[in-house]
Amino acid sequence: MKNMTYLKDVVTLRLDSDKCSRCGMCLEVCPHGVLAVDEKRVRFRNRDACMECGACSRNCPAGAISVEAGVGCAAAVINGMLNRQSDSCCCFVDPQGPAAGRAGGTCCS
Amino acid sequence: MASLAAGAASGSKTELNPPRLDQAFVTGSVAGPSGRIPQVSSTLTWCDRWGSLKARWGVGRMLHYAVDPGLYALGSPDDGSPVLVTANYKMSCDCLRESLPGRDAWLLVLDTEGINVWCAAGKGTFGTEELVLRITASGLKEIVKHRDLILPQLGAPGVSAHLVKKQSGFKVHYGPILARDAAAYLDAGLRATEEMRRKTFPVQERAVLIPIELVATLKPAVIIIPILLLISGLGGERGFLPNMAQDGISSVLAFLCAILSGAVLTPLLLPYLPGRAFTTKGIAVGVPIAIALIYAWGGDLHSWRGVLFGGAWLLLITAFSAYLAMNFTGASTYTSLSGVRWEMRWALPLEIGAGLSGFAALLVSRFL
Repeated sequence: MKNMTYLKDVVTLRLDSDKCSRCGMCLEVCPHGVLAVDEKRVRFRNRDACMECGACSRNCPAGAISVEAGVGCAAAVINGMLNRQSDSCCCFVDPQGPAAGRAGGTCCS
Repeated sequence: MASLAAGAASGSKTELNPPRLDQAFVTGSVAGPSGRIPQVSSTLTWCDRWGSLKARWGVGRMLHYAVDPGLYALGSPDDGSPVLVTANYKMSCDCLRESLPGRDAWLLVLDTEGINVWCAAGKGTFGTEELVLRITASGLKEIVKHRDLILPQLGAPGVSAHLVKKQSGFKVHYGPILARDAAAYLDAGLRATEEMRRKTFPVQERAVLIPIELVATLKPAVIIIPILLLISGLGGERGFLPNMAQDGISSVLAFLCAILSGAVLTPLLLPYLPGRAFTTKGIAVGVPIAIALIYAWGGDLHSWRGVLFGGAWLLLITAFSAYLAMNFTGASTYTSLSGVRWEMRWALPLEIGAGLSGFAALLVSRFL
């Protein structure tokens, strides 16, 4: 992913490495190689590559990882500001007619 | 377990019936402990491919492109065959079965309301609760002897593997990101290589997203294009219609260039564009395109009117391109919500400011 790192020093990912049990689950689920586990505990390898998907914290049985998970999608933030029904990416329900269907699935294929 | 299933069923999730056997892509059925289980093939038909194409273009309200949730048999699986979990977005299911030619496996399809795995995991519909519920509803424990599930890695934002184990007895194995690596993952004894675990965003993947980006600009375009034509008719030495025919066409062309810049060129050139914020990338494409267009118009920069008209489109193309590029954050595979919020704090005022000043300049240029 050359040249595909988003902004510097903005993510909410935090580690409480004392709690880490070195199970390695976080390494398995992270799609961007953000974390590493050495002999003792979990540490950052490339923190700016984090996209705050929340996979690591949700799959950490020791509760050593915290992150404010969300979808990095400007349209979703705008939908949220406009009080549309959902603020999540590509899957918001059209307020004009929820029965009309969802604009879903295509954004992240 | 029973209480959990009952509790959830009384809520929003009522679709706990087994998947129907008469769905177009179902080729047969196999016997299960409580009725027939629909059977699918790893070969996609033209009907499947046509459906995918329509979904990509958002044609005819094809946006809800779903299959029935529940358990399916791929080939002729037995009680030792692997269980792969996916979403009920039809393209997700198609992608998975197409990647496993000649294999026998169980496909457990979760109800994600027709949304793909990654988006659904982010929303939580591809999640622990739905997975546990679907395991119970499908009677999976009587169908297979083992207690292993293979989930796509991108389902992990919605699922807690340790909670699934606690609540259902099944161990979650996170497979590769891409369905096309699933066979290799199975053959390696449920081991994924480092590359299989990394989400990239190659040019082909960016290219297939362009149609839906273009479709999204249609609605604003049918409002903006008539306004541009009307403004072009105002003022000037000629009549309303001749004005519209000449300057109106220029304006519409410029607007289409802005869409080309933000919704086509920015996604395609993404890694090669300067800056980390998507807005910056959109500006980096928009400005040269605007300058090239003004130059192509003959560069009438001797009259105030020409300068204003050119300046207006320099601002407008840049603003539109930046805005469309900023919206591409949602389609990209590496932007964080914190980052997008940070970007929007400066980008949105900039885009609105440039857009409004461009619009004002365009209006004023009509009366000089």
